[in-house]
Amino acid sequence: MTDSRAQILGTLARALSHKGRDPNAAKKRIEGHEINLIPERGAGDRQTQVARFTQEATTVDATVARITGDAALPGEIARYLKSANLPSILRAAPSLKDVPWAQQPTLTVETGIAADNDSASVSRAFGGVAETGTLVFLSGPDNPTTLNFVPPVHIAVLATADIAGDYESVWAKLRKDQAGNADFMPRTVNWITGPSRTGDIEQTLLLGVHGPHRLHIILIDETAG
Amino acid sequence: MDPDVRRFKDNSRDAMANATLQSALHKLGHGFPLRRLEAAARLPEFEALRDQSRTIKDHVLEHLDIYLEIFEKRVIEGGGQVHWCADAAAARAKITEICQAAGAKTVTKSKSMIGEEIAINDHLEAEGITPVETDLGEYIIQLRQEPPSHIIAPAVHLTMDQVADTFYEQHDDLDPDRALDEPRQLLEEARDKLRQQFLGADVGLTGANMLVAETGSNVLVTNEGNADLTYSLPRVHIVMASLEKIVPTLEDATTILRVLARSATGQEMSVYTTFCTGPRRTEDLDGPDEYHVVLLDNGRSKLLGTEFQDILRCIRCGACLNHCPVYQTVGGHAYGWVYSGPMGAVLVPALIGLEEAAELPNASTLCGKCESVCPMRIPLPRMLRAWRRKHLETRRTGAVARLAMRGWAALVKRPRLYRRIIGLAVAVLGLAGRRRGRFRRLPLAGGWTDGRDLPTPTGDTFIDQWHRGARGDASGDWLRKRAND
Amino acid sequence: MAEVNGPHVGLFVTCVVDLMRPAVGFAAARLLEAAGCRVSVPAAQTCCGQPAYNSGDMGSSRDIAKQVITTFSAFDYVVAPSGSCAGTLKAHYPEMFDAQDAWAEKAQALSNKTYELMQFLTDILKFNEINVNWPSTATYHDSCSGLRELGIKVQPRQLLDKVNGLTLSEGDKAETCCGFGGLFCVKYGDISNQIVGEKVDDIEATNAELVLGGDLGCLMNIAGKLKRRGSAIEVRHVAEVLAGMDDVPAIGEPEG
Repeated sequence: MTDSRAQILGTLARALSHKGRDPNAAKKRIEGHEINLIPERGAGDRQTQVARFTQEATTVDATVARITGDAALPGEIARYLKSANLPSILRAAPSLKDVPWAQQPTLTVETGIAADNDSASVSRAFGGVAETGTLVFLSGPDNPTTLNFVPPVHIAVLATADIAGDYESVWAKLRKDQAGNADFMPRTVNWITGPSRTGDIEQTLLLGVHGPHRLHIILIDETAG
Repeated sequence: MDPDVRRFKDNSRDAMANATLQSALHKLGHGFPLRRLEAAARLPEFEALRDQSRTIKDHVLEHLDIYLEIFEKRVIEGGGQVHWCADAAAARAKITEICQAAGAKTVTKSKSMIGEEIAINDHLEAEGITPVETDLGEYIIQLRQEPPSHIIAPAVHLTMDQVADTFYEQHDDLDPDRALDEPRQLLEEARDKLRQQFLGADVGLTGANMLVAETGSNVLVTNEGNADLTYSLPRVHIVMASLEKIVPTLEDATTILRVLARSATGQEMSVYTTFCTGPRRTEDLDGPDEYHVVLLDNGRSKLLGTEFQDILRCIRCGACLNHCPVYQTVGGHAYGWVYSGPMGAVLVPALIGLEEAAELPNASTLCGKCESVCPMRIPLPRMLRAWRRKHLETRRTGAVARLAMRGWAALVKRPRLYRRIIGLAVAVLGLAGRRRGRFRRLPLAGGWTDGRDLPTPTGDTFIDQWHRGARGDASGDWLRKRAND
Repeated sequence: MAEVNGPHVGLFVTCVVDLMRPAVGFAAARLLEAAGCRVSVPAAQTCCGQPAYNSGDMGSSRDIAKQVITTFSAFDYVVAPSGSCAGTLKAHYPEMFDAQDAWAEKAQALSNKTYELMQFLTDILKFNEINVNWPSTATYHDSCSGLRELGIKVQPRQLLDKVNGLTLSEGDKAETCCGFGGLFCVKYGDISNQIVGEKVDDIEATNAELVLGGDLGCLMNIAGKLKRRGSAIEVRHVAEVLAGMDDVPAIGEPEG
């Protein structure tokens, strides 16, 4: 196996090494992690970006609601589940354990990783990307990845302050948050753009193949003061 | 799968006679190009992003050995393992070894062309391990024991009824009187079946659209979410990726992702784009305990520095297939191996040898539509011509065709002889076809005249007429007429 | 006749036009002369070598290229009524020779002065004095080489716009390959036949009475399919219409 490695790298080096090749080019590019071209479509002030995010997410069949403050979350979720004729049972990410769930007694909330017969989950997104209405989730003890995929209904909580115009800004925030940590990547970074879909049966669009059938995004504005 | 490329012409004929396939190809050939155009129209920077994507990949290929080492180092630092495999056999052996070490009985799989290339499913089954395809299209064709017919829509050649029949047949534990009349019902059934598999799998086997050197991550792109259930639920995550999948940084991966879905299906972004980095962290509540990356060469390293290097920029979007008049006519199976369409016609000879695959680069009109839509600006027609050149050099092309080409070339290099011989041929044909102006049948031209008439020459060449002073106007000097207007 | 002080153009008539439809050559000559050019037709021309080049026969391709380069070295411009032949000279001849080869520079020189006919008339000569009547509804087939190698799209349409009585009805698949592809149409006849069938379906859907294009190979392919279907739709090279050659039968029609 080490032979294979040496053989492959040897073949490549022989094909690629030449006098002009900068042996540090790769290292430099990685260390610089320069941003390439960013399209205009995500640009604008906060209001514009939130509107763009909402428009794009809606186009790909997510639903979007907007509330102010975490305290309004239980009410919005209860409303949503009721309006969609779904059971008022929820599997919540540990990152949401401080939400005042008790204020909505009709909702049954358990925290943890997804169980197979969970009907709905709620997790908190690290960021949102206006250019395509994309949510960015990081795995971690507070946000188990399976919550985003296992139940048929996924509710995503996103602070409007965390909506960026483009993906690069979200990478930058991740790098910054983890500044100095070479291992800044969590196990999983999920970009989620709408609910699960397929066109595999006679090129007919169907939602909810393996991932969630419904994606409900709740945008949270900070409370004043 | 064993190559069946030599039977391209027979397989094409079958494909053209298959009404179901033709209907699916019609839909695909109309829908995908339209949606791509619409997506490109919504993104003014699309062309610039294609250029940047091309530049990124060219840079990677130039430093591929160094990037691979950096990638490996990052994976190992993050607690993962990297396995270098020179060929398909080595990759199969390594993957099986990892599965056996994990005591695996079931392996869930997300869609991977590398998996097809090394034929991992058959091998695992032979070792008593059950691989389960989880992409809906791949699941369906796995049940039917067929190969995929398109890179991103593997079951595009099937009707709903065919899928329903397969489900009735294969899901024999379910009520045979149940209704499977609508796509939704088929989907629910597949979802339920596969959900059990997802939950019970010991190993998750994925491909990788890209490998990020900076972070030691693999990138997975799906619309269904099947890849995410594949890597997140089992104890072991194995990634199969060929060498050229590397990109330098997260920012570089992001640039390429902006052109990938738009080129493939016209979506702004695939539903699920995931970056996996190593095994679960100690504090994580879910995720695999082990992370393995199987790096496959299988013919890539020897393409570097050759005139075929540019095919290594391919990101497997399928745009070239969707826009190719030949693919739209015969579909993917006719190409006889894992990769089809224009990118297949260039890559397959490189991977399985020109002797086996020579038909593919020849079966093209060189219309160039593929290159015009390729997000990575791969010069596919140039490489198709290069394969034709190499094929000629092997002297294994048909002797009659070679002789005819030599004869023609010898003739055109001798203008006076050409004039005399061609002049005669044209006069004879012109005479024979004079009455109708076209031939319904002509010996040696069956390929043309089976379906079309062949217009006849007028009997007198242009150059002969011109040099006799004729100017094509029976009533006199056209210029003089104009001057008098 | 007026003295022609304009550029000296070597007409690269193309083997298909030379053998199969001289009218296109005459139309090209007329248009170039009307645009003020002095037109010569070297007798030593035969073929651009595209069949050899596309087959991968580099030896023959280079030999033929050298012959063409030599034959056409004296002219200010080389003009061909064909996107694929002009494309071969312009885009591919320079690729055939290594940088150090003396012929590389000559190939580039030829490339620099070679143009497809429509492109030459509009982009180089800025010629638009088309004063022709041709009442008809026509549709246009954009041949692949001309479109993708040389960027020919608006030029023929600009000129056709000047033709009195001619309306253009664009097909959805105007830019889609017709399936000719040189030797492809006989080597893979079944596939070619289906591709041209789709093309003709698209043409019929435009309700045009006339199909025009800039490449005779494509046009013969399309005409052959239309005739086999018993269609009355006529097929002509665009130069014929622009030069007002309505006394010539359409492609695949008998004389008289």
